[in-house]
Amino acid sequence: MVIEFHLDARSGVAPYLQLIHQVRQALRLGLLREGDQLPTVKDVVAGLAINPNTVLKAYRELEYEGLVAARPGIGTFVTGTLAGSSLAAHGPLRRDLQRWLAKARRAGLDDESIEALFISTFRSAAEEDIA
Amino acid sequence: MTAVLEARGLGKRYRRLWALADCTLSIPAGHVVGLVGPNGAGKTTLLNLAAGLLAPTTGTIEVLGGPPPASPVQLARVGFLAQDAPVYAGLPVADHLRLGAHLNPAWDEELARGRIDRLDLDPGQKAGKLSGGQRAQLALTLAVAKRPELLLLDEPVASLDPLARREFLQDLMEAVAEQGLSVVLSSHLVADLERVCDYLIVLVGSRVRVAGPVEELLATHHLLSGPRRDPATLPAGQQVISASHTDRQTTLLVRTSDKVLDPAWMVSEVGLEDLVLAYMSQAAGRSRRNHLEVQK
Repeated sequence: MVIEFHLDARSGVAPYLQLIHQVRQALRLGLLREGDQLPTVKDVVAGLAINPNTVLKAYRELEYEGLVAARPGIGTFVTGTLAGSSLAAHGPLRRDLQRWLAKARRAGLDDESIEALFISTFRSAAEEDIA
Repeated sequence: MTAVLEARGLGKRYRRLWALADCTLSIPAGHVVGLVGPNGAGKTTLLNLAAGLLAPTTGTIEVLGGPPPASPVQLARVGFLAQDAPVYAGLPVADHLRLGAHLNPAWDEELARGRIDRLDLDPGQKAGKLSGGQRAQLALTLAVAKRPELLLLDEPVASLDPLARREFLQDLMEAVAEQGLSVVLSSHLVADLERVCDYLIVLVGSRVRVAGPVEELLATHHLLSGPRRDPATLPAGQQVISASHTDRQTTLLVRTSDKVLDPAWMVSEVGLEDLVLAYMSQAAGRSRRNHLEVQK
């Protein structure tokens, strides 16, 4: 099995959405690639003790987004990707970020401050893009 | 879609006491239905009526298209697991399977043996010597190996520890995925059922308080909070399930299929547990005792 799902009961996010997020995340990080098989419905429900309809709903939604395709009687397979050609750029970008993180720590920022700074910069950059 | 269970005006009376009253339900096929309510609400009575172990005092009930127990054919299509997973304490595990094979026309020997192997149960072990979790798993094995279309489970996990509880529900969901069966299971705890159910029936004080697909229930119930206000002044489409007030603030749980547009309210989503508790306390009349009357 390529990926394994988990559920956070306290997150307040509907279980089928949590499954969708985890598939999208795995696609984005290149953990799931085109041609990979998603866990079967039977495997997911036997692992998480959730209703089979929850899994079917998540897979249907992913199929609608064009990310996976169901082959009847065999399983559900990845047909799309979210990482695209940008995946190759992940390595250098990650190294840049690590350098930046080290710099922020040297300047005395703790984890929470780093996260807050990143998010506020990310948001204001996104706003400038819109404007 | 066809109904696996259809009740109209169904009631059951023991002497003067109504264990179940005026129950009208239509449960579509292909669901895992949670039957929730406090102890003594009538859950067991409803399941026993569905299994054909009791006859109704009033109204009608149809299971898989016929009144239970209509015929041996219908009995073979319904699996029933009574409270506390009854097994024959003096009989070894293997004899339970032999019994199941003799009594059920559609018995799936391979499935039964496969499950016993996987659960690591010793076929020679007497059922009375099994742990609570193992007993429940043996009883579930017998119930799914008869290959029913509808499985009725009365408080299947109430007496199990958290690990055995999770394992039981994992196995049950696997059977649902594999065999496509419909399930009705009861519990007095919503948390037990939240992951597995996609349809919910809340039964309190021998009456059905609310029933429907979980997703629809969650989408139509909202928690409103805002400046103190008389619930009677709400729009016609908003049904108040529970209300509480302070001197300045009012908090309401309402059911409505329309959007709540009044800007005075802060609207938030409700979880399944809060929703069920609201119906339970509404039925118990607690909301009147614990909360201030609304000043008009």
